[in-house]
Amino acid sequence: MREVAIVAAGMTRFGELWGASLRDLFVEAAQQALMNAGVDHLDAIYVGNMSAGQFVGQEHLGPLMADHLGMAGVPSVRVESACASGGMALRTAFLEVACGGSDLVLAAGVEKMTDSADVTEVLASASDQETEVYNGATFPALYALIARAHMAAYGTTEEDLAWVSVKNHRHGALNEHAQFQREITTEQVLSSALVSEPLRLLNCSPVSDGAAAVLLCPLDQASKYTERPVVIRGAAMATASMALTDRRDMAFLDSVAAAGTRAYEMAGISPEQVDVAEVHDCFSIAEICCIEALGLAPPGEGRHCARTGETALGGRIPVNTSGGLKSKGHPVGATGIAQAVELFEQLTGASGDRQVPGAEIGLAQNMGGTGASSIVHILQTV
Amino acid sequence: MAGIAGYGAFIPRRRITTEEIARQWGKDPGTIQRGLLLQEKSVPGFDEDTITISVAAGRSALTRAGVSPTRVGAVYIGSESHPYAVKPSGTVVAEALGIGPDVHVADFEFACKAGTEAMFVALALVESGRVDYALAVGADTSQGAPDDALEFSASAGGAAFLFGRDDPLADVVETFSFTTDTPDFWRREGEFYPRHGGRFTGEPAYFKHVSAATNRILEKTGLKPEDFRFVVFHMPNGKFPLSVGKSLGFTREQMDPGWIVPTMGNTYSGSSPTGLAAVLDAADADDLILITSFGSGAGSDSFVLRATGLLPQRRGLAPSVRSMLDGPRRYVTYGEYAKYREKIIVNE
Amino acid sequence: MPSPRYWREIPSRYRLEASRCGDCSRVSYPPRRICPECRSTDAQTIELSHEGRVVTYTVVHVPPSDFLMEAPYVLAVVETPEGARMMVQVADCDPASVEAGMMVALEFRLIRKEGKGGILCYGHKAVPAYPIGGEAEDEQRSKELEVAHA
Repeated sequence: MREVAIVAAGMTRFGELWGASLRDLFVEAAQQALMNAGVDHLDAIYVGNMSAGQFVGQEHLGPLMADHLGMAGVPSVRVESACASGGMALRTAFLEVACGGSDLVLAAGVEKMTDSADVTEVLASASDQETEVYNGATFPALYALIARAHMAAYGTTEEDLAWVSVKNHRHGALNEHAQFQREITTEQVLSSALVSEPLRLLNCSPVSDGAAAVLLCPLDQASKYTERPVVIRGAAMATASMALTDRRDMAFLDSVAAAGTRAYEMAGISPEQVDVAEVHDCFSIAEICCIEALGLAPPGEGRHCARTGETALGGRIPVNTSGGLKSKGHPVGATGIAQAVELFEQLTGASGDRQVPGAEIGLAQNMGGTGASSIVHILQTV
Repeated sequence: MAGIAGYGAFIPRRRITTEEIARQWGKDPGTIQRGLLLQEKSVPGFDEDTITISVAAGRSALTRAGVSPTRVGAVYIGSESHPYAVKPSGTVVAEALGIGPDVHVADFEFACKAGTEAMFVALALVESGRVDYALAVGADTSQGAPDDALEFSASAGGAAFLFGRDDPLADVVETFSFTTDTPDFWRREGEFYPRHGGRFTGEPAYFKHVSAATNRILEKTGLKPEDFRFVVFHMPNGKFPLSVGKSLGFTREQMDPGWIVPTMGNTYSGSSPTGLAAVLDAADADDLILITSFGSGAGSDSFVLRATGLLPQRRGLAPSVRSMLDGPRRYVTYGEYAKYREKIIVNE
Repeated sequence: MPSPRYWREIPSRYRLEASRCGDCSRVSYPPRRICPECRSTDAQTIELSHEGRVVTYTVVHVPPSDFLMEAPYVLAVVETPEGARMMVQVADCDPASVEAGMMVALEFRLIRKEGKGGILCYGHKAVPAYPIGGEAEDEQRSKELEVAHA
């Protein structure tokens, strides 16, 4: 397989973007990436999106987006893996370039969530319809069950969960693209409305609109587009049981561990070598479980990392310098690509106030549903 | 001869007191309690209806009978609050209990006596030899209109009886039905609440039919009130059954074990059947039991039963009516009651 | 809820039908064609007991629209004696009284209605396990469960 580089990135602001349609969002992010690379053609497009069909009644996003990008005719398809759709689009684009199928591929993610569909119901379609959703489960409820299992196994507290949100808001306050650019306190988190015990409103990522895009090409062609490419060293995916009731251990995310292991192997690195990571904090508990599954913290110890600052800017392993899903926002299909955009900026020294000094290896972990799918990418400076 | 091979009951676990309802409408609780002899009634949750109550009662009946569901040849559900206007309750109940598909199913309706109606037909079917076992259920989650006398009594619950020829827990000695067209209480199609004729529901309706059916079954069997250990009447409130019982020559002692309405309320088609279940929870071998139901419209079904030696042996296999009446329960406010009974208008 | 989709699930929702793998004995609920443990296609149908134990639970305060009037409600993972796990609500109790490890009975309940005119969808919910005879001997549990009105 050829080595593959990311040579440009683009993203919209994330938030309640009333004036922007699904197409508007995609075009804005994609066009930024294309302009940054100085290109006006593409060999292929991969669109990461979870539920345009349910949110805005629109399927068939591949050709739609190619068309609106002024590139009707280009091979283009939508990729779906619930909240990991973006990561999956990236991996698919990577494989197409790596195998020699294409030389210039756009991997973009987009989601339009605020046009008044029943968001709770749409998101729940990422979990088990017949056994979980049927009986009244919501996404927050399922993660609440994971949180309870984690608390029972390791003594994790509600305060531990609150610290994750606080840390991510501190980072997001520095990110001009973030939905929420303000800090919060643990008191605010712990007094926010209960969503599903023990998770409160400020433990949950918001409903957001947004898009993000990255441009991929073979490493040996990267100099055509940028002086500072970033190479994709690892791109791995794993699945796990859909229903929580079928999981081996509800407090441990098997798909994240498996995808992580495969990615580390592919990249030839170990967890300690990661300088900066973007991790799927759809709920506070998810960040804790993910860093444990990725080997960035030992099982049971992940709960301390936000409070001690280990996973904050300046700490041992900065996690979610973008603000994470909590503060930056979570337009579902866009998130996996937005994670790659953050790492691209970190590894090219373009993160300004959020810069992790000397960052050379970045890890992006994107997850679908309650962890039934997970995709891990490892990026490195060239 | 056929009899009751198994029986069961189910009463939802929420309650609302007479006092709480009276306060809502500015009435004096004491007057209501003394007038109707009602203290509290059961309230069904959003997740409870005639079907779920029938399944719970039916499970207990099958357990007590020790009979495989595949041997049940008929399932009849009597209610005035079937969850669907068109689509039987009985098919859901049968599937849930593992009965069928080689089974006859029908839903019955006759105001408060749909339960005993189902029992009459189930019994006759077994007696005829056409089926080995037939399950009859009387269950309801009926509504009482706000600020109406019936709001104090309309409650939820029911009982199930498995009729068979072998190893009965109680033999059915005789039945009698008495029916006329008497418009004392009704509900038109599409209406949410029933209506009634006030005092007309008393003497020309309840008392006339209950007395007639009871007197005629006594005549037919040659039995006298004092021959019975227990008697159960339909219980629209606490007063009526005691009153008709007394006028027919029965004592408080005979009536008390089956007189469950003060804390259960009137479960309409479940009323006298659940009273019968409470009596079966207490009867000894060879005790004679009389039950007379009443359904507005109007009619009464009467049964004379004799408990067998098997009854004390098998009744411990499922919950008793008293354990459900006196056991764990939660009291709700009028607002919660209105919410559960869907008396609050919401955006659909 | 489209009728066929609901109707297909009746055996597992009404009668708690599950499958037991003929090779490794793993019990799957609802039934599976392929054992998730060993990939065997040799399965026998069993009916689960109407009882179990709460493994973990949450209290849902923000419900989906179909369950709007019922919140807050308890959603739990319950394990039956056969080793099958299911996700069910825990009903008829104060949410604050639910604990991991609690014994429950499984009762047939109406799970959801599709608006004013759609079909009624049934299934099971857990309720705290009560003694079946006589008065509630367990005073402690009885006190927790009785909520006095104001």
